[in-house]
Amino acid sequence: MRRLFPFPYLSLLLLITWLLMNNSVSPGQILLGGILALVIPLGTASMRKTQPTLKKPFLAVKYLLMLMGDIIVSNIEVAIQVLGPVRNITPGFIAVPLDISQDLPITLLASSISLTPGTVSLEVSEDKQWLYVHVLNLVDEAGTIANIKQRYESPLREIFGC
Amino acid sequence: MNLFVEWLVIILLLLGAFFLMVGSIGLAKLPDFYTRLHAPTKASTLGIGAVLIASTLFFSVNQDGISVKELVITLFLFITAPITAHMMGKAAMHKEKPALERTQNRHLQDPARHRQPPT
Repeated sequence: MRRLFPFPYLSLLLLITWLLMNNSVSPGQILLGGILALVIPLGTASMRKTQPTLKKPFLAVKYLLMLMGDIIVSNIEVAIQVLGPVRNITPGFIAVPLDISQDLPITLLASSISLTPGTVSLEVSEDKQWLYVHVLNLVDEAGTIANIKQRYESPLREIFGC
Repeated sequence: MNLFVEWLVIILLLLGAFFLMVGSIGLAKLPDFYTRLHAPTKASTLGIGAVLIASTLFFSVNQDGISVKELVITLFLFITAPITAHMMGKAAMHKEKPALERTQNRHLQDPARHRQPPT
């Protein structure tokens, strides 16, 4: 089983995506999706680096819901800033020190930061210790960094157990 | 299709249209490249999200069986949008695009360009 499905989450994701794209759960589609979910991970196994696995799936779901809520709240904030006078906006660069070092959690953290309006992650330092972020309206630098670390980084650390 | 669902679809469509418009206004109005980068990421999350929920609702009620294609669109959008923004910001930094005069911590651009820790 381990050799047939080296990446069970990826296989499951591929099958679900296939069924969603076809908008049906007929046996034929399940069979075809199952074959794809079996063949694609096997074919691409040599290209993958080992990534930390999901330690707490339920926390991941909670994180996703929290992210959705944050996206809505900060969207409204940024909409007010954009529609108001632009002269009052003070953009800024910040460097966020990272406690996580693996590629996958850093990617997810950077994506979370970019998805929530008002912040875009620009670059990771080569030693993977710093994440450079551009903030649309930087008022409180230390507060913004602390917020990113506490709201997004610490749940990700817990989810991946690192 | 009952009146309640109809109203819900209308409200969601208007909400989505509003946020998409704010994204476009931001793209036209904001002063430099880095601040303009914020507009598309915000438009594609809540704006498209609301339109897609409206679409799911409409087609689930009008056709038999729930429509879930929109979920895949959301998934692809949420994977690609931050990466696009990241790559564009990265490219702008390597092209040494000047940031706005009043941008705070402009000195951080230099170590970021060379992927070094901040000095």
